[in-house]
Amino acid sequence: MSEVAPPEAVDLHAARVKVFKLQDTVFHQVTLVFAFIVLAALVGILVSLAIEAMPVLRQFGAPFLWTDVWNVPEERFGALAAIYGTVVTSVIALVIAVPVSFGIALFLTETCPVWLRRPLGTAIEMLAGVPSIIYGIWGLFVFAPLFSKHVQPYLQSALGDVPVIGGWFAGPPIGVGILTAGIVLSLMVIPFVASVMRDVFETVPAPLKESAYGVGCTTWEVVTNVVLPYTRVGVIGGIMLGLGRALGETMAVTFVIGNANRIVGSLYAPGTSIASTLANEFGEADPGLHISSLFALGLVLFIITFIVLAISRWLIRRGTAKQGI
Amino acid sequence: MSAPHSIHVGDAILEVRDLNFFYGDFRGLTNVSLNIAKSQVTAFIGPSGCGKSTLLRTFNRMYDLYPGQRAEGQINFHGKNLLEKKQDVNLVRAKIGMVFQKPTPFPMTIYENIAFGVRLYERLSKSEMDDRVEWALKKAAIWEETKNKLQQSGLSLSGGQQQRLCIARTIAVKPEIVLLDEPTSALDPISTAKIEELINELKTEYTIAIVTHNMQQAARISDFTAFMYLGELVEFGKTDELFVKPQKQQTEDYITGRFG
Repeated sequence: MSEVAPPEAVDLHAARVKVFKLQDTVFHQVTLVFAFIVLAALVGILVSLAIEAMPVLRQFGAPFLWTDVWNVPEERFGALAAIYGTVVTSVIALVIAVPVSFGIALFLTETCPVWLRRPLGTAIEMLAGVPSIIYGIWGLFVFAPLFSKHVQPYLQSALGDVPVIGGWFAGPPIGVGILTAGIVLSLMVIPFVASVMRDVFETVPAPLKESAYGVGCTTWEVVTNVVLPYTRVGVIGGIMLGLGRALGETMAVTFVIGNANRIVGSLYAPGTSIASTLANEFGEADPGLHISSLFALGLVLFIITFIVLAISRWLIRRGTAKQGI
Repeated sequence: MSAPHSIHVGDAILEVRDLNFFYGDFRGLTNVSLNIAKSQVTAFIGPSGCGKSTLLRTFNRMYDLYPGQRAEGQINFHGKNLLEKKQDVNLVRAKIGMVFQKPTPFPMTIYENIAFGVRLYERLSKSEMDDRVEWALKKAAIWEETKNKLQQSGLSLSGGQQQRLCIARTIAVKPEIVLLDEPTSALDPISTAKIEELINELKTEYTIAIVTHNMQQAARISDFTAFMYLGELVEFGKTDELFVKPQKQQTEDYITGRFG
């Protein structure tokens, strides 16, 4: 190597550096713009929801959140019934979907024979791709009648007298209702949660699992003591993804929830959710308080989703701090 | 040609006889026979892919986790063939512990890393468990560094400390044999020296089988050395003799660095 480069080489070098710098700057600016689009969309949605919801918020104020009246002719509106339906159906969906998804993911990653792994994994991904309207139609025309005839009466006679939870299974077993909506939602959520769980379970390094087997663990012990703690963040993320989907799911829920804007203690009773109320009423809502209250419902859903996200972040952070990483 | 395993190793704890190993259709080990001497260090050396890790992983049936991998032949441990289907693999693995190339602390506290394995097979009171944890950490020469932070995550330790934690975890369940699969290849020289010292101390109570890429390491710490090549056991003998006066040309080429 010569110590002094010939002058023309230095010029060339400097020119190249300039071009690189320009490229970097342009690239940086362009990606920055893309990132800002996300932020702008988010703020835009929030602001427009708030503006449209303003008349209702002025009229009813905060009690809008805890009033369960939804009277269109008298123009009296409250969000409680819809919030209740949204939250309860989502909770039912998660209570069913989380353990089932966990089992599916566990089977696929730990105990499934190789020849079955791919077809089963693909089937789950296809299930995630089924349009929600299909779930709605299936829920209304196939699942709900079968459920009301073959399951609901037995649930009622088995659990109806149990204190506290007995009331959940009271009332006529008509098929459509909160419980049915929750179950259909759980079916829609399972493929998402299961495939996220499977993916994160697969990230556990083989030597870590082998070490656990190496001290004499069974598969169950390896999964509960090593795989789950190691993948906790991803598992929580998967569950929250499922919850987010359940909270906002519209079509399928609209089909099977019964669309009654009231709160009844029984899970057999028809109810409504925020998304299904919006889907049902937006088309024929009169300008004024009615449409404004629908926007306010949308704003509430937005905020619920945001709170769910915040809680999951907090759970993850707290868990990480506890583990001392 | 005399069978390599015919050399006298004293009291054998593992007797490997005509062991063949298959990854699907590929044959990873061919007719391997040797004895692992009790309370001695046996080192396995050889170029990458020669089957030394494969051999080690047959001793605790770790290959069982992977469909398509299978072993044929015999590995006798207390008069029973480990490779038989009816052997309880979890029990085998509790008796024959393993430490891996990269440190693999469990995602839990330092204390729990040790107590976890013990709890699987023994029911100890809190104070007995405390004693056991302290004993294992002392044995693995990591007590001084961890005694004030037993409730911190095992992942908060340095690489060398993590590896000693893994050794502590392995001996805490009181196995008879400890398998070490390149335990120092991811560590710096100082941590390596500590682990080697540790191996030297542990061999009074445990039988140790170690796979290593580092020939000096094999020469320093082992009593017996096995040289493997292409899935076959080429030469097996006392470490002093094998390194000073190898019987086979291939062994000599490998240990003098003229391989290839």
